Amino acid sequence: MFQVHVRTRINGDDTEFSCEADETLLDALRDRLGLTGAKEGCGTGDCGACSVLVDGRLVCACLMLGAEAEGCDIETVEGMADGSKLHPLQQKFLDHAALQCGVCTPGFLVAAKSLLERNDNPTEEEVRYWLAGNLCRCTGYDKIVRAVLDTAADMRKASKPKPAKAKKASAKGRVSA
Amino acid sequence: MNVQPDNKAMKRDFDIVGKRTPRPDGIDKVTGRARFGADMSMPGMLWGLVLRSPHAHAKIKRIDTSKAEKLNGVHAIVTSKDFGPCDDSLLDIRENVMAREKALYDGHAVAAVAAVSRSVARQALKLIKVDYQVLPHVTDVDEAMKPDAPVINDKLFTKGLDKTPKKPSNIAERFEFGHGEVEKGFKEADLVIERTFRTEATHQGYIEPHACVASMGADGRGEMWVCTQGHFMVRNTCAGLLGIDVSNLRVTASEIGGGFGGKTTVFIEPVALALSLKANRPVKMVMSREEVLRASGPTSSSSIDVKIGMKKDGTITAGDATLRYQGGAFPGSAVPYGAMACFAPYDLKNVRAIGWDVIANRPKQAAYRAPGAPMGAYAIESVIDELCRELKLDPIDVRLKNASSDGSKASYGPNFGVIGLKATLEAAKNHPHWKAKLGKNQGRGVACGFWFNFGGETSVSLNVNVDGTVGLSVGTPDIGGSRASIGNMAAEELGIPHDKVRCIIADTASLGYNDVTDGSRVTFASGMAAIQAARDAIGKLCERAAKIWGIPVDAVVWEKGHARPASPNAGKHEPLSLADIAAQAGATGGPIAGHCEINAEGAGVSFATHMVDSEVDPETGHVKILRYTVFQDAGKAVHPSYVEGQFQGGAVQGIGWALNEEYIYSKDGRLQNPGFLDYRIPVCSDLPMIDTVIVEVPNPGHPYGVRGVGETSIVPPLAAISNSVSDAAKVRMTRLPMSPPNVLKALGRI
Ligand code: FES
Ligand code: FES
Repeated sequence: MFQVHVRTRINGDDTEFSCEADETLLDALRDRLGLTGAKEGCGTGDCGACSVLVDGRLVCACLMLGAEAEGCDIETVEGMADGSKLHPLQQKFLDHAALQCGVCTPGFLVAAKSLLERNDNPTEEEVRYWLAGNLCRCTGYDKIVRAVLDTAADMRKASKPKPAKAKKASAKGRVSA
Repeated sequence: MNVQPDNKAMKRDFDIVGKRTPRPDGIDKVTGRARFGADMSMPGMLWGLVLRSPHAHAKIKRIDTSKAEKLNGVHAIVTSKDFGPCDDSLLDIRENVMAREKALYDGHAVAAVAAVSRSVARQALKLIKVDYQVLPHVTDVDEAMKPDAPVINDKLFTKGLDKTPKKPSNIAERFEFGHGEVEKGFKEADLVIERTFRTEATHQGYIEPHACVASMGADGRGEMWVCTQGHFMVRNTCAGLLGIDVSNLRVTASEIGGGFGGKTTVFIEPVALALSLKANRPVKMVMSREEVLRASGPTSSSSIDVKIGMKKDGTITAGDATLRYQGGAFPGSAVPYGAMACFAPYDLKNVRAIGWDVIANRPKQAAYRAPGAPMGAYAIESVIDELCRELKLDPIDVRLKNASSDGSKASYGPNFGVIGLKATLEAAKNHPHWKAKLGKNQGRGVACGFWFNFGGETSVSLNVNVDGTVGLSVGTPDIGGSRASIGNMAAEELGIPHDKVRCIIADTASLGYNDVTDGSRVTFASGMAAIQAARDAIGKLCERAAKIWGIPVDAVVWEKGHARPASPNAGKHEPLSLADIAAQAGATGGPIAGHCEINAEGAGVSFATHMVDSEVDPETGHVKILRYTVFQDAGKAVHPSYVEGQFQGGAVQGIGWALNEEYIYSKDGRLQNPGFLDYRIPVCSDLPMIDTVIVEVPNPGHPYGVRGVGETSIVPPLAAISNSVSDAAKVRMTRLPMSPPNVLKALGRI
């Protein structure tokens, strides 16, 4: 079948691929690029296992065409850790045993990251509604919600600048802005 | 050596067991590195797809594959003709994986293709022409039992009756369990309540669809990569269906994205193998979600009559139940388990449970977490709740009064050993949840549940490596953290840190046969085998120490990871650690390994009590779960986080079953909701936190007291939630799911 040539940036790397015109971004990631971290649980946008960030927006990769990714900046679960250093969410998911089979985990991590980037102090209800598009059949969500809330609390603590340094940091921020 | 595999001397103080250690597969699973079924590719691989019947019941007159075969890129097409003779025990599976004379349900496989890409395979499916003669169908269990129902299998004559009928029917078998005289018991009662209940079919709903890669070589040797609860089962079944020597098929279990019983059989695996055999290339198959729902195992729908008599003081005088389960197009629903389990929590003088196994034009049911038990428990626990209400008795006190305890005669025959039901009820009674205030339109329900638990065939191999680390190979796929718990038990026994043991799931060529991961058996049975394999290795480690020291082996003991002289008489020797001995293995006799092959017995049964608060919106019929607490006996919680996870996961699957989930069939017998949008499992925003209380009444059948925990947690929720909603709505609910329309109907609003 007719193939489209697509140029993207994936987890920071400039990446090109060819895919069929009607092929989903999820299939392109998984089958063409070997990025199998995003999973297909439904293929219809109902389970969130395929969650990725496209230009910073949380999307279901099964609902987007590979061809539509032209020029986009894509983040997948494979890009979350910084080398061998886990993202705080990844660490908290382990600490809280927020996974059983783990097939939903990549999608939850990407979705939760996107939440915490927007809101570093979510209520339990906000976490539950933000993650309502991600299905988990194993855990009953309890430990997942706790892991996300705990990560947020830690991240707030870490980002709370100490009074003396705060000035410098914000001054620097203004300069670079 | 004085280390004996003696289960009676049960260990109760632990260094590692009971701790919340990090799981060995954790990093892989949070970084996307873990490889699940669909994550595998092989060189030269083709894609396989299945053509499925759009009819609930139809004769297959002709399948014309000629056009599809000519399509460029198509390498193989298979139909039932490609599955030759097999053992009688596999006949139903053979027919389920590929329809023969008839399509028996909407979604039944009729042909499959393998092609160079998914899109070519999709085109090829469209080119296959099937001539169907549509036949009358039946999907409802009560309808299917009627004398004038369409007969699905004209060779099916009801078993279990005094006289085998001459006419075929959809009733496969009758079962009966119980003791005493129920009629006499009802006469002794102050109040007798009789009710009929209905539950709908639900799906296990694992998030990972079935997936496999099969590769058959021209030399008759094959390999498979499969997401399954039992790769040895896949090997034996596929080998049997395709006439391959068992040894010539090597199956590797992928990481598995949930199973809950639904991955204890085969669907696409033999088809992929048949395609690979024909195409002489590896073939990958992945089910779509729609295929998962239409064609892989849901649970039974059921219709149940219950009659229970109670005295004013709460004594149950008799219980009688008739359970009717349709198990899809083939015999073998879980109705016998339902009938055995439903009265098990109670020590009754007069009890009877009759089960009817019925076939219907639906997908063949597969096991779903405590198969058959939740529906039976729903019916019995609902009537007990209603009796308590009518007689103004406390539902926990009444349950405590009638509860089965150590040694009491189970409703299904045997006498119980040491059991923890009363302990879960006491824990529930003393929990703040029981006393908490309820608001308007809110209600509280409790219910108990029971599951047998299972041991089964298990083989484990433990290798002591040169650097003092240990490789532990087990053959039971890890669905929810069992590598952590099994590895920790081996480390505990060896007396070394948990991270010195690496537990893996070995392929079928590397280990003896293992039963599937089911029956809540893995932490119990593979754990027991790992402990015994560790003891076997310890025996050998002690022998090596004896050799190094030049003393008799029975003068050596193993303590805290070290060989030590048993007494001062044995001489003065510095203790040797496992690593010390391992480093000298070559010089003292070669590799050191422990093994264990068992058919594990002694799986202790498990009980739970659930407590739930709900709120019913009288305008919309919507039910919201406000608070949920699980009290369950784990025997010994090896890894408490994953025990809690099993409690929570089971409770939430139960919430889905009770409130939303159902298979909806249209008049023409087609499934109307084969997707996660319309087959709605609970999502995060539907739920509160799920509180758990782990009760530990040690199982004497396990060296550490472990009981299986995976399944019991789904048994009480249907009833507990129904009792809670009945309390909130002030009307007895008798049908699941309690979806808004059904609740409004019960409230008399529509
Ligand atoms: S696979 Fe994309 S939402 Fe389910
Ligand atoms: S951990 Fe299995 S689906 Fe979430």
